[in-house]
Amino acid sequence: MTQVKTKFISPYELKTPEGAEGWEEMYPYFLHFHDNLKEREEAKFWFCDSQHWPNVFKPFDAMTVEFAVKCLGQYNTRHYLIPPANGVDYKIHNGYVYMSPVGVEPEKIPDRVPQFMERAGHYFANWNDLVDNWRTKVKGVIDTMESINFEALPEVVPMEDIKSGKGLDPTFDLMNNYNKMIEMCYKAWQYHFEFLNLGYAAYLDFFGFCKETFPDIPDLSISKMVQGVDVDLFKPDEEIQKLARLAVKLGVTDAFQKETIEGALVVLNGTEEGRTWADAWEAAKDPWFNYTSGNGFYSSDKYWIEHLDIPYKYLKDYIVRVQNGETIERPTKKIAAERERITAEYRDLIFDDEAKAAFEGKLGLARVVFPYVEDHNFYIEHWSMGVFWRKMRQLATVLKDAGFWAERDDMFYLKRNEISEVLFDYGNAWAVGVTPIGPHYLPELIARRKKMVEKLNAVAPEPAFNKPPEVITEPFTIMLWGITTDSVNNWLKGNDDPNKLTGMAASPGDVEGIARIINTTDDLDLLQQDEILVTRVTAPSWAPVFGKIKATVTDIGGMMSHAAIVCREYGLPAVTGTGSGTTTIKTGQRIRVNGSTGEVTIL
Amino acid sequence: MKYTLFFNDATEADYELLGGKGKSLASMSVANFPVPNGFCVTTTAYSDVMKSHLEDVIDRVNNINVNDMNQLASLALEERKLVESISMPEAVENDIRLAYQRLCKECGFEKDLPVAVRSSATAEDLPDASFAGQQDTYLWVVGEEEMLKNVRKCWASLFTARAIRYRHDHNIKEEDVLMSVVVQKMVNSKVSGVAMTLNPMNGDRSKIVIDAGWGLGESVVSGEVTPDNYMIDKVILEIVKQQIHDQEFALVPDFENRCVTKKMLGEEYAGKECLSLTQLKALGQLCKTIEKHYQSPQDIEWALDGDLPDGENLTLLQSRPETVWSQKKKEKPTGFTMGMEGLVGSLLNPINKKKN
Repeated sequence: MTQVKTKFISPYELKTPEGAEGWEEMYPYFLHFHDNLKEREEAKFWFCDSQHWPNVFKPFDAMTVEFAVKCLGQYNTRHYLIPPANGVDYKIHNGYVYMSPVGVEPEKIPDRVPQFMERAGHYFANWNDLVDNWRTKVKGVIDTMESINFEALPEVVPMEDIKSGKGLDPTFDLMNNYNKMIEMCYKAWQYHFEFLNLGYAAYLDFFGFCKETFPDIPDLSISKMVQGVDVDLFKPDEEIQKLARLAVKLGVTDAFQKETIEGALVVLNGTEEGRTWADAWEAAKDPWFNYTSGNGFYSSDKYWIEHLDIPYKYLKDYIVRVQNGETIERPTKKIAAERERITAEYRDLIFDDEAKAAFEGKLGLARVVFPYVEDHNFYIEHWSMGVFWRKMRQLATVLKDAGFWAERDDMFYLKRNEISEVLFDYGNAWAVGVTPIGPHYLPELIARRKKMVEKLNAVAPEPAFNKPPEVITEPFTIMLWGITTDSVNNWLKGNDDPNKLTGMAASPGDVEGIARIINTTDDLDLLQQDEILVTRVTAPSWAPVFGKIKATVTDIGGMMSHAAIVCREYGLPAVTGTGSGTTTIKTGQRIRVNGSTGEVTIL
Repeated sequence: MKYTLFFNDATEADYELLGGKGKSLASMSVANFPVPNGFCVTTTAYSDVMKSHLEDVIDRVNNINVNDMNQLASLALEERKLVESISMPEAVENDIRLAYQRLCKECGFEKDLPVAVRSSATAEDLPDASFAGQQDTYLWVVGEEEMLKNVRKCWASLFTARAIRYRHDHNIKEEDVLMSVVVQKMVNSKVSGVAMTLNPMNGDRSKIVIDAGWGLGESVVSGEVTPDNYMIDKVILEIVKQQIHDQEFALVPDFENRCVTKKMLGEEYAGKECLSLTQLKALGQLCKTIEKHYQSPQDIEWALDGDLPDGENLTLLQSRPETVWSQKKKEKPTGFTMGMEGLVGSLLNPINKKKN
């Protein structure tokens, strides 16, 4: 017997990857593990959140974790006073983010209960109205961002500004607009969490009831009872399916022999039917092409609207399938009927009236709140962040053209406040009538940081730091990250059989096939028909490739992770949260994925 | 007089003539469950065979001192010898022979169909006297004469020492017990086992628990081998837990010697599960249907017939009401907190933390 570890490495003992020394300059000081706080930070248990942030942050992108996790915390700690849980403390170490949920001292919990009941109670009681209002608020954020455009400074102040007596120069607007964009992004993340934790809490309540009434009930059963059928997250994919059907119906499929959508549109615009299709394509873009194959947290995430080749490729696949007589649409009626069957069968297995009423009540609430949990993702990560990144790229282009850096995306190697400085440098030089300093200073800094990010990315994160608590009791750790006492123990135990991996049985089925490791969304193209996708974490927008693959294995993710939801929709076996799938399995190996037991075997 | 009755031909009015096992097989067969074809030698046959002897036998059995093990064993043996030697009235014997011939034909055999001959006593389904395994079963019986010999043995098995003792201990009157005999096509089980339509550990009705082993089911039922153990969810028919055990040997038919023999299992069986997910799901679905048919939790014996292709090979050998949890007084679940209070409770005490 090998000795089982009882704790993880301390962040203070973890070596910096060679060539990445000085990485701390890329992230805000309050996210570092400081030497003079060693004792305090080592007393906490930190786990790596590579579920949401699988890759090393470029300095600008770290903003997404700051906004998201700060806003998550505020609702627990200050808005609703969730009795046992405050926010989640977080640090960036060697480029990855580590989380440490903050509990409430037991003696303070009772006082928070009535406050929570009143505050959260108001939200639950008025859920649908508040969510309607939420959509309006988020749309407001999106409209504001859409209205902002970044342009190069003109040679002189426009005449109309002179004549109207504006008295302000374009640099004033430029800086303001940049601030406005950051402000809108921050606002979107506030809204993101306005309902989310409450939604999960109601889900947890029903989940707990089911686990008590039917010990060992599969998590899958519970999620199937709660999960919605008509989910916004599937809309972009559905739009492409509709367009494929329309192309076949209008008899314009020949146009899609063209390599690019631009080429196809030239052909289509030559006929009336073609123009009908082109109009439908145009109409689908807003908002549904504000959709990323990433997860919205990285400046490198690609959005359909800026990369029409992505939806075009899916479209072409769907057209072929429609022509082959396949049904490409999700069987929504069947899914709905199955959900009702499952619910009715469990309900009929409860023989006590009071328990039956509890089941109905808790399920009822879970079903009211869950559409938010499923839909918010489209509004924030896809739509809002899609607009945000698009506008940031516009700004990056302006500054690149002004000579500040060589490649557009170099901007993201600067922290957000450093970009404010750059903008002042740009405006200052313009006003003074000299050339800015940035072009002479920034390229070296950017080159240095690029190298550091590359070196950091080459090393996988640690699963966790320090000593874990005996028992994981923090409800959000369990709900949002799917981290339980068992999973932490599994990380500590490591792996005895090098050919066997275990994870969460996220979507049932048992298949064998050839593995393909996909590290970034750009590699998705490499996937061949009937391969098994092995990846750190999948994004829901990978859905279109799910028609191609046999199964999915991920390093990270729980039962309600978006990846798990999509896999179940597509009837693909999935094992999530294996911890080390991408490092243990090699592309080309034959593997067996049992999504019913959560086992992955290298054959 | 009905001396034999095919499962399919039995009506509800006939059930009392078939004994516990026979009744269950007939009712399952009528309900179109995949029961191997067969017939019952009815209790009427037993009564007519025993006719003039029965009173004496009962008298003698009632006088045995069941606490004297030696006496019980030797006197029981004498009674069995006697019962086996009683000559059958011609009408009874002919009827049984004809039934066997028909069974051979229906199973595509000219003659010599291998059958299982099982005793099926009438008291077997008394709710508080689970007679399961209290009487004898003879496997892989081939040919008319062998079959008849084993039918007699089954009648006699009513008087094994343990059966007498059991009736005495459970206050079952000797005259209340009659014996029917089941003669049924022998299933060449590739895999077999038992299933229960609840979790016997806690009475949870949302689970099906399955024991499965290679070969004939006897080794699983008797505990001679450690079977694979599966727990599946009854609603979505997904595996909840499974334990795969390496099985040293399997009971398989010895065609030449017309008997059952132990076959050692080689390397290729190591770590291999007896049932695939598809097979588990099919079995689970069948168990669900049976439970629904009988409207109570069931204890089911099943097998995969090695002579039939996958998808058609699931056969049902027996189903009887589960007796432990079904008779337990239900504990009333304690107060559920609803609404916001329920939420607070769940946040303070998330269920996963109780694991461990």
